[in-house]
Amino acid sequence: MNYFPDEVVEHVFDFVTSHKDRNAISLVCKSWYKIERYSRQKVFIGNCYATNPERLLRRFPCLKSLTLKGKPHFADFNLVPHEWGGFVLPWIEALARSRVGLEELRLKRMVVTDESLELLSRSFVNFKSLVLVSCEGFTTDGLASIAANCRHLRDLDLQENEIDDHRGQWLSCFPDTCTTLVTLNFACLEGETNLVALERLVARSPNLKSLKLNRAVPLDALARLMSCAPQMVDLGVGSYENDPESESYLKLQAAIKKCTSLRSLSGFLEAAPHCLSAFHPICHNLTSLNLSYAAEIHGSHLIKLIQHCKKLQRLWILDSIGDKGLEVVASTCKELQELRVFPSDLLGGGNTAVTEEGLVAISGGCPKLHSILYFCQQMTNAALVTVAKNCPNFIRFRLCILEPNKPDHVTSQPLDEGFGAIVKACKSLRRLSLSGLLTDQVFLYIGMYANQLEMLSIAFAGDTDKGMLYVLNGCKKMKKLEIRDSPFGDTALLADVSKYETMRSLWMSSCEVTLSGCKRLAEKAPWLNVEIINETDNNRMEENGHEGRQKVDKLYLYRTVVGTRMDAPPFVWIL
Amino acid sequence: MDEFINLKETELRLGLPGTENVCEEKETVSCCNNSNKRALPSGSENETESSTRKTETSPPRKAQIVGWPPVRSYRIKNNIQTKKNETDHEVQGSYVKVSMDGAPYLRKIDPSCYKGYSELLKALEVMFKFSVGEYFEREGYKGSDFVPTYEDKDGDWMLVGDVPWEMFLCTCKRLRIMKGSEAKGLGCGV
Repeated sequence: MNYFPDEVVEHVFDFVTSHKDRNAISLVCKSWYKIERYSRQKVFIGNCYATNPERLLRRFPCLKSLTLKGKPHFADFNLVPHEWGGFVLPWIEALARSRVGLEELRLKRMVVTDESLELLSRSFVNFKSLVLVSCEGFTTDGLASIAANCRHLRDLDLQENEIDDHRGQWLSCFPDTCTTLVTLNFACLEGETNLVALERLVARSPNLKSLKLNRAVPLDALARLMSCAPQMVDLGVGSYENDPESESYLKLQAAIKKCTSLRSLSGFLEAAPHCLSAFHPICHNLTSLNLSYAAEIHGSHLIKLIQHCKKLQRLWILDSIGDKGLEVVASTCKELQELRVFPSDLLGGGNTAVTEEGLVAISGGCPKLHSILYFCQQMTNAALVTVAKNCPNFIRFRLCILEPNKPDHVTSQPLDEGFGAIVKACKSLRRLSLSGLLTDQVFLYIGMYANQLEMLSIAFAGDTDKGMLYVLNGCKKMKKLEIRDSPFGDTALLADVSKYETMRSLWMSSCEVTLSGCKRLAEKAPWLNVEIINETDNNRMEENGHEGRQKVDKLYLYRTVVGTRMDAPPFVWIL
Repeated sequence: MDEFINLKETELRLGLPGTENVCEEKETVSCCNNSNKRALPSGSENETESSTRKTETSPPRKAQIVGWPPVRSYRIKNNIQTKKNETDHEVQGSYVKVSMDGAPYLRKIDPSCYKGYSELLKALEVMFKFSVGEYFEREGYKGSDFVPTYEDKDGDWMLVGDVPWEMFLCTCKRLRIMKGSEAKGLGCGV
């Protein structure tokens, strides 16, 4: 390749798009490193504190698309205090100063302010795509800036964010000249929506393929929207309560029939089940169905809908579907690749929940299944062994038995053998979440067999430090390890400090690690940020004599090239 | 141990003979004896599966472990919001209780499984071994001692068959097959 001029090499690199591959290319030699960095347009930063904007811009001056992730995964479950960090403003400020031609920004678990959004909207003339997932800190005023100032906006995709809805007129801030929208997702907004502005916007957006509405958009508005956007591919229905005899329902039925490109359906945030049949005519085309927010639709109606969906590849659903419902899925959806079954009753003990039988049925009926997230009441080793045999192609396997420490409900044994069978059979497994009663044995299996495992979530599991050591020593590709309420301590933490350089991050909460253990780790590994999140009583940790042996409530450590971050709140100690 | 068993047999209980009271308190399965294991919060040892009623006098809920089950707070909020919007039903899933005057115990059915009133009534007839007579719009059910009624969202007892089927599905909270003299008040002509 050294015989080719740089432009030719660069042209070859254009065909290499995955981040992993481009990172690998840049390591081959200095010349390739140089060519690669000037031609790189998309950059993915899995932990915003692993580097900083200055270094990013120095290395990739031609940046067009940036993905940033902030808080650790367990922040989703309220384990990380709100003010912990993950602020996007410094990034946007730096990007704006550098005049880089930013076109796409994708953020996950970050704190975004209206000020950031305004700055973003004014600084990049060609800005096209904004995707915010599980972010917080902004209001509809920020959205108004984006709408008003981004003249070539293509995507505005807000997924599960906490947005302060000022009930303003952000939708009417899109100028009449804005006709480029392809994606508009505001399902997570709680407030009222200006329906007139919305309908006008949809009517003048001929490229609109993905539209996800919030609760405040009623059925008759939906009917009108669908009538003027029959090219729709991905639809998120808002409020879906209506009388099936009414005129708007009839109009909706007619509009749906014309949407022959519709492949993905979601939403139904408030839904009267009997109206689902309006969608039956297009079900045979659906590849993706998300009914996981439709708490009011019960098993039989879900089943009636799913029976029409023979081409389904992705299904997100509530456990109210029941084992019987999952059997219907298994016999109908032969193309199924991804399944998520969420718990519908989070407070009491639900009788409509699913068990190991549903999981076995799915594994038996769906040969292409590679990703599963399954919340259930109970599990057995035998079932897991069967699932492993049926589906050796799992890439993601996440099982959550709702009651912590619950054993095999038939044999009362730990579930070590079941999960062991999964990791042994599924040679491509990249992500695994464990639950139920588990001893060190399961970690022995994981360390031995899970060679491709990149992310592991552990809760209420294991007996001794050996468990964690099996994983750290065995899983060569481990990137993210998150552990809660498990008896792993300093011995495991400190056994191989260099391991953490090969990982993105480690989270340990309510485990047995002590303050002195963490301090020793920080001393041995200056290229790590070792953060202690201590919300309870700052002073207690400093008490004389017992300081070192104090157990740490929450530990989060990650590799970084830029040292201690400056924006940590007082309850976060960076050792 | 034998003494204990005998006591149980002479225990006075409510319920049909031959049925056992399901123990309402589950003990936590004790994990392998392990001093390293952190104790779970004590609240989680009392799991009651009995009550799904949304009343204020329901037994104390399982103590919430922070961040468990691992469901995004966004999803939990949505779930709660949707449940708030539901009216307070005695409906579990879409099943409703069916009682018949004089029968020793109730049954449960899912009305939405049926395509209309005739199917529903036929099913009830089979279930309780009675026949319901013929429905007339003005006079109600004629030709039988039994009259099918239902309790609607407002708590009123209504005659089955008056409103369109879809509306009935939405408003029916429970069913009751009235018999004899009490039924006469609903316009039953014998």
